[in-house]
This record gives sequence, structure tokens and C-alpha cells, in this order.
Amino acid sequence: MNWLETFRSAVDAVRAHRMRSILTMLGIVIGISSVILTVGFGQGAQDKVKDQISALGSNLLIVSPGSTTSSSGVRGGFGSASTLTLQDAEAIADKTVAPDVKNVAAQTSTSAELVNGTTNWTTSIVGTTTSWPEVRKRSLSAGRFFNEDEVTSAAHVVVLGADTASELFSGPVSPVGQSVTVDGTQMTVIGVLASSGSSSSGTSEDDQAVTPMTTAKRLTGSTNASVSTIYVQAQSGDALSAAYQEIDGLLTNLHGVSASTADFSISSQQSLVATANSTNKTLTVLLTGIAGISLLVGGIGVMNIMLVSVTERIREIGLRKALGAAPRVIRRQFLVEASLLGLAGGIIGVIIAVVGAAVLPSLINQPVSLSLVATAGAIGTSLILGIGFGVYPASRAARLTPIDALRSE
Amino acid sequence: MSRLIVPEPVVELAGIRKMYRSGSIEFEALRGVDITINQGEYVAVIGPSGSGKSTLMNILGCLDNPSDGTYLLGGEDVSTMSEAQLAHVRNRRIGFVFQQFNLLTSLPAWRNVELPLIYAGIGRAERRERSIRALERVGLGDRVENRPGELSGGQQQRVAVARALVSEPDIILADEPTGNLDSVSTEAVLGLLDELHHSGRTIVLITHEHEVAARAQRNLVIRDGQITSDELVAA
Ligand SMILES: Nc1ncnc2c1ncn2[C@@H]1O[C@H](COP(=O)(O)OP(=O)(O)OP(=O)(O)O)[C@@H](O)[C@H]1O
Ligand SMILES: [Mg+2]
Repeated sequence: MNWLETFRSAVDAVRAHRMRSILTMLGIVIGISSVILTVGFGQGAQDKVKDQISALGSNLLIVSPGSTTSSSGVRGGFGSASTLTLQDAEAIADKTVAPDVKNVAAQTSTSAELVNGTTNWTTSIVGTTTSWPEVRKRSLSAGRFFNEDEVTSAAHVVVLGADTASELFSGPVSPVGQSVTVDGTQMTVIGVLASSGSSSSGTSEDDQAVTPMTTAKRLTGSTNASVSTIYVQAQSGDALSAAYQEIDGLLTNLHGVSASTADFSISSQQSLVATANSTNKTLTVLLTGIAGISLLVGGIGVMNIMLVSVTERIREIGLRKALGAAPRVIRRQFLVEASLLGLAGGIIGVIIAVVGAAVLPSLINQPVSLSLVATAGAIGTSLILGIGFGVYPASRAARLTPIDALRSE
Repeated sequence: MSRLIVPEPVVELAGIRKMYRSGSIEFEALRGVDITINQGEYVAVIGPSGSGKSTLMNILGCLDNPSDGTYLLGGEDVSTMSEAQLAHVRNRRIGFVFQQFNLLTSLPAWRNVELPLIYAGIGRAERRERSIRALERVGLGDRVENRPGELSGGQQQRVAVARALVSEPDIILADEPTGNLDSVSTEAVLGLLDELHHSGRTIVLITHEHEVAARAQRNLVIRDGQITSDELVAA
């Protein structure tokens, strides 16, 4: 009896007990689909973070204020100090000191209430310079960004993020040219930013109002030159570490600090991605482990049913042996049956996972990225589970003596 | 001296004993059985219930091993064979007809009939053709696709006969094949066995009914695990 015949008779046997086969497969189905989906969620979360960080612009270095140490010795977190200034940004932009730096955009950030007629919306007000769109890789969907003159004169102009614009201005009228009140100050909307392209909505990238830094300072009544972040665009991806060195040396000098007392920190996209991913990975490994256990339970289910099946079909086994089936053939038959249950469960599990990956993201607002490797691995695993847990029942069937098998009721 | 055609022995049993053990109780179901059955013979084994008929049939069919004695099937000593070799011998040399039909209920008639051919490694197309021919031979050419549940008891037993003859075995073993059948179906099945006998097949039929045994050429009477009579039936 060749493999094809064995496979056919296994399909017959699985179909003959349809309900039971489905219930047996259920364990594998659940296990496989949850493994694939968990891995997919982990991957999706990583991709999302990567997207968001890439949306910051490539070749980007982010300079943040360092930690402060108060006189009483209480240290604040990174970013809590106001050690970065507009002068730092101008120094970094100097091509003779930092030749690997292409462009610099400093920004401040505060929260403010925007009002258009009866509609109001609270969002973050970003104060920055004209290089901001290029450094942050943002474009406009309508209108224009502010220019040098408007920065110098602290003009009352504002560029709205896509979500902010739609919150404040509903209807077909373009917001460009309209005016909004920002914390009581009348400002003209001169442009709307194109959506950042990040797949998930609700990121702050699309909900902000950008004004000249001078205007922002005046709004908050601030007189100092401190900024919250300096974004630096390197000449190229390869120039990133050279740019890093230059900025590090420059700021260390300017601030009169040493490496150990540095009051600023420089991070790159890669370092942000790495940090975010390591957190995600831990969670994914944990969840995949749990899903893996359910897969194991599914495998034991297959073994259980195969043992029941051997007991139930003892007469059939006896008959087949009487008609000339060698022990090896019987063993193979049950093994193929178990593998078939495992494999079918695996394939159904993959289908459910694929459907789930298509449907779930819109329900729970979490992206799912299915990986081919995880999917192929899951199918392979289900097959191995079927075989692994089928060996014992199959060899039990093979060992039955024909007469005992035939005689049993 | 006249030349005799020396008959070819298919089955040679010598000193066969079978001991059953259940717990500490031993029971000897066969106590030294010697039988020789020649090619083409139609033998009925008759005896009261519990006399050891089925035990004998199981040993003849290589389904069970004797506790003692030698068994040559077609000249080969089967008592030393492995389970795999025995499976091969059963497949090639023996066709079984059981009292309880022993059909697989999930398969249509022809797929039950083809089972021995599957294990003989015969291709699908030839299997189907031969199975259908065997079913036609037992008068079930129009029931090829029916499952056992859709057939009467007599028809089911005829499917079983078709299964026993499809691989053209040396010997057909039938253990009370008519035990569960009414007189009409009994007649149909016995008619088939007669036909097989006339076409030269060796048949061993187990029964406890004398009318059934009378159809055979030769009657072996078994009592308490021993052959007490072995005589040819007057034609
Ligand atoms: N597996 C077994 N274990 C123990 N004793 C057994 C076993 N099989 C049969 N026997 C005993 O061996 C004896 C012969 O049994 P067997 O089945 O050969 O009888 P039989 O002639 O076929 O009877 P029947 O006409 O009722 O079918 C009986 O006494 C039976 O109880
Ligand atoms: Mg019996």
C-alpha cells in the first residue's frame, strides 16, 4: 500500500468522523491561529513604532535637554531641563563647525486652546523655524509654510496639522486664509500639513499647530531662548555618526561640560527603534509562549482522539490485518491520519489568522503584520504535532494481533 | 500399475494444539489435530458449539498461532513466520468470509471488495475493475456503490464473498457464513460457494448445520478439540 493510498484512506477516515475530526482539530486551530496572531501583533507593534520613528525623518538626530540636578540633589528626568537654546541650534547649523549637518530645526512645544467660532480644540503648539518641514520630512496639503520674514516679525500665522484642521474646520471651506484664536490671540491659518502617513490615526504628528518660534515665545510670554528639542538632519545616513560626533563635541564645548556631566542627550532613529523593540519583543515572546502551550494542549488532544479512534476501530484494524495489512501499513495509516488532523488544523488555523489579521486591526486599533516565516513555521509545527502525538496510538494499533482485534466487540 | 494424479496438498496440519489461558485457568481448545486438505477440495467442518471450530479456522487463516504442532500452508511452514510475513500470506493465499460479514460500513461495496487488492499493491484502476467483476459474479453488479447499511444481510454476505474471491486466493475460509442469514440468502451464498468449488477453488466451510455441511465433498467432525470423523459425502 503506497503513500497515496494511505493518504486517501486517511482522508476517508477523517471524513467518516467529521464532527470528531473537527473537534480534534480545534485545539490545533486555536493554537496555530493564536501563535500567528500574537507574532503578528508583536510584529505589527514593532512596525508601527518603526513607522512613527521613521516619520520623524530619516538621517535624523534628536538633541534633547539632559537631566537636571537641583541644589538639593534631586535629579529630574531627561528633557526636564531647559539647557538647550536657540543659540545651540544656530551653532549646530554652522557648516564650518559641523560639516556633516545638513539642516537644523529647533522647536518648542506648549499646549494651547484653539478656537474657531464656537468650535474649540486643545492641542500642542509647536514653535519652530522655517527649516522644520524639510528636517521633519513634512509636506503641506494646502497653503504654505511660514517664511523668514514671518519668523522675524513674529507674525500671527499658524500651520495646522491635518487632524487639527479637520477638528476646527468642518465642511468644504478650506481653512487656509481663515483665522483662529490661539489662547486669545487672533492668528491666520496659512497652511495645512499633509497627514504624516503613519498608518494609525491619533498620533500627535497629525494633531498640532505650528507657528514661528518667535510667535510661540510671545504667546507663552517667554523671554528666554530655550528650546525643547533640536532636530538635526545629517547630510546622509552614512554621515549620521560623524554628525553625532560633531554635535556632541560642539555642545560639550559650548555648555562647558564633560561627557559625564553632559546636560543634553543625542538619540538617533535607530536607538529609539531599538529601545521600543526590546520592550515589544519581551511581550511578544511571553504571549507566543502562552499560545505555544495551547498548541501543545491541541497536540495532546490529537493523541487522545487517535487513541480513542484505535480503540473504536479495533475490529476494522483486525479486518484489515486479516486481509493482508502488515503492521507497518497499519502504523502508517494511523500516523498519516494523525498528521492529517494536525495539518488540516494548522491550515484552518492559518486561514483564521489571516482573516483575523484583516479584521482585527480596525476593531482594536492595533496593526497586525503576518510573517511568512511564522505562518510556514506554524503549519510545519502542526504537522510535527500530528506526527509526534500520532506515533504512540499508531504503534498501538500496529501491535494488535489480528485475532484479538477481530474478536473484540 | 496405473498412473495416479497425485493431489497437491494445500493445508497440512500435524499435531496442532491450542491452549487458551485466561488468568490462571487453562483451556485446551484443540487437542492434537491432523488434517490434510488438497487443492480443489470442498471441506465442511462440523461440530457442536464450543468444540473448537472457530479456533481451528483462525489457525488455518493464520490469524492465530497454534500452541503446538506444525502447519504447512502451500508447503510453507507458517509457524515460524513474522507478523508481516503472515500478513503477506493471508493476503495472497486466503480469502475470509466471516459470520458477522465484517464489512467497513463507511465504504461502498466495491471499496470493501478492493481492500485485499490494496494490500497486494495493485493499482487503482485495476482494483476497481476487478472489484466490480467480483461483485457481478456474486450477483451484485447493481449495488457497487451502495454502502453496507443500504444492503440486506444476504447481500452484505455476498459482498464479503466477493471480497474473499477478488484476490483469487488458494483457499477460502468461511466461518458460519450463513449463520446470520435466512433460507433464501443461505441458498444464494451456498450456491456461490458451490460455484467457486466447481471453478477449482479450495474451500473450508465451518458450520453446525448438517444440511449446509451436506453441500461439501468432505465432512470433518470436530468434538472437544479433536477430529472424530473424516468422511467423503456421497455425491
Ligand atoms: N480467547 C479465548 N480465551 C479462552 N477460551 C477461548 C477463547 N476462544 C475460545 N475459547 C474457548 O475455546 C473453545 C472453542 O471455542 P471456539 O470459538 O473454537 O468454538 P466453536 O466451535 O467455534 O463454537 P461456536 O459454534 O459456538 O462458534 C470454547 O470452549 C471457548 O470457550
Ligand atoms: Mg465459532
